[in-house]
Amino acid sequence: MNFFSLVLVNLLRNKRRTILTMSSVVIALFLFCSLRGVLDTLQAAIKVGSESRLVTRNRISLIFPMPKSYWSRIAAVPGVKSVSVQNWFGGRDPVDPKNWYAQFGVDAATFFPIYARDVDIVAASPPQVEVPLPPGVDPKLAAFMSEQTACVVGERLFKKNRWKLGQTVTLAGTIYPGSWPFVIRAVYHAKDPAFGEETMLFHYKYLEQKGMGGQGAVGIYVLELSQPERAGDIAKSVDAMFENSSYATRTETERAFQAGFVSMYGNVPFLIGVIGLAVVFAILLVAANTMMMAARERVSEFGVMKTLGFQDGTIFAIVLAEAAIITLGGGLAGAFLAKLGLEGSAFNAGGLLPPMTVSWTTVTIGVGIAVFMGATSGLIPAWQASRLRIVDALRRVE
Amino acid sequence: MGLVDVKNVRKVYRRDAQEVPVLDGLSLEVAEGDFVALMGPSGSGKTTLLNLIGGIDQPTSGEVTVSGDALSRLKPQELARWRSRHIGYIFQLYNLIPVLTAVQNVELPLLLVKMPRKERLERAQHALSIVGLADRQKHFPRQLSGGQEQRVAIARAVVSDPTLLLADEPTGDLDRKSGQEILELLERLNREFKKTILMVTHDPHAAERASRVLQLDKGVLSN
Repeated sequence: MNFFSLVLVNLLRNKRRTILTMSSVVIALFLFCSLRGVLDTLQAAIKVGSESRLVTRNRISLIFPMPKSYWSRIAAVPGVKSVSVQNWFGGRDPVDPKNWYAQFGVDAATFFPIYARDVDIVAASPPQVEVPLPPGVDPKLAAFMSEQTACVVGERLFKKNRWKLGQTVTLAGTIYPGSWPFVIRAVYHAKDPAFGEETMLFHYKYLEQKGMGGQGAVGIYVLELSQPERAGDIAKSVDAMFENSSYATRTETERAFQAGFVSMYGNVPFLIGVIGLAVVFAILLVAANTMMMAARERVSEFGVMKTLGFQDGTIFAIVLAEAAIITLGGGLAGAFLAKLGLEGSAFNAGGLLPPMTVSWTTVTIGVGIAVFMGATSGLIPAWQASRLRIVDALRRVE
Repeated sequence: MGLVDVKNVRKVYRRDAQEVPVLDGLSLEVAEGDFVALMGPSGSGKTTLLNLIGGIDQPTSGEVTVSGDALSRLKPQELARWRSRHIGYIFQLYNLIPVLTAVQNVELPLLLVKMPRKERLERAQHALSIVGLADRQKHFPRQLSGGQEQRVAIARAVVSDPTLLLADEPTGDLDRKSGQEILELLERLNREFKKTILMVTHDPHAAERASRVLQLDKGVLSN
């Protein structure tokens, strides 16, 4: 036997109480780290997107489109290398409406060259006919390029739905009504996890012809720049061109555009932080109460130990160590459970956010809070136990 | 000067504003190797005297010297160390730690001494064999009878080879047979191992085992 085993034996004295207290700390720290994980994910979402690409959208709101005629005019701005279009589709699975994921109509000839460094085509159907491919388009996309209803899906989405290449996926349009069949012709892998792998990309032309009656309207333009260092000037030039039109634009870097999404959450991050702290504080009180109860039950034993020659400091350390093991053990378990569990789930809100992440900073803060909980919840009972007068402690027995 | 030298000790308890004198100018000397029984009615101050000699309480005035150490001059930390070296305490209600086995309970005071783990265990086992419980090492207090529990408590008290054994009603909670066994054990510790014992008891039969019997009444000591 040694001091550590003495501490352990005391922890196992009332196994149910120890397990329940530890579990409450595990849950509190799991919740705290998970909630902070949401903040981490939102923070990561801000960093998605390039600083050297620009996005042009309707100045009033993202939900208002812009004329397709802007495409060629934006492309003509000096410093713009290429322009692609992207349209939110908003279809849903008619069989399983909960199986939601993002879908975009894109101009494949320009979209894939622009994002060539962000995605890899990892699987594709062989082409039925030989078609000339636009410069910069991966040859594996030949089948996709030659078929109007074809689509490219993210690897994770593909695996999650157990789809197969060549399979037709039919969606019900919400913005563009009707039944929309899409044939899966390729699968992409995101080199940067933040890009997301739960998105379906299909031909903008298909959307334009079937959904817009040929009257092209564009959600956003993505601009690849030949002179990224002039991004600010180019953005101003683009917006200046349409300033007095019915569809004034707002052009910003792709990263700023993503950050704009996050800012839509308003005070939600603050609320999440407050809720996380409230949970931890509540559990801190529970843990402190339990530690005090446990120490109070052992007053006579502390008296006996002091009679045997145990010093006040030793008694203090034993009680504090018991509290620390419960809270630190529970805290470590909760924090790592949140990190492993949430990151393992790779939840990404249907591709709207980067995969859920719990940063090491959050884990460290969680463990720090557990240490603080251990210290504060154990401090009072440890102090009381160490300050006990032997005669008073022994009198409680008799 | 004896092993225990109590000089003109006064102990007053305060209950609210009222002062309750328990010991009034008491003096006592116990020689090394002595076996002293301290008798007296309830509330006469027997346990208080034992606590003062054991260094777990402080006199209001007067001086207690044990083994040459004046207890009032020791700081709390020094006093704790002193207790672990000089005092073996036997309680009426045994006061074993319920979550520790018999051998772990006996080993407990040795945690305060720098000693290899193996030696600690061997000494605890030896102490248990002296009290006749070598075969009950792994038993928890709840698995032992009252007499056996008290024997474990005695083993715990002697394991660190203290200068003085203080026993507060060691047979008070036991049946006659178990009580006899405990008294025989104390007698043996005094006779064979030359342990100085100061025992508080109500029982005249228990007091007969001692080499000297003292009567304490209303804080005053008489032979």
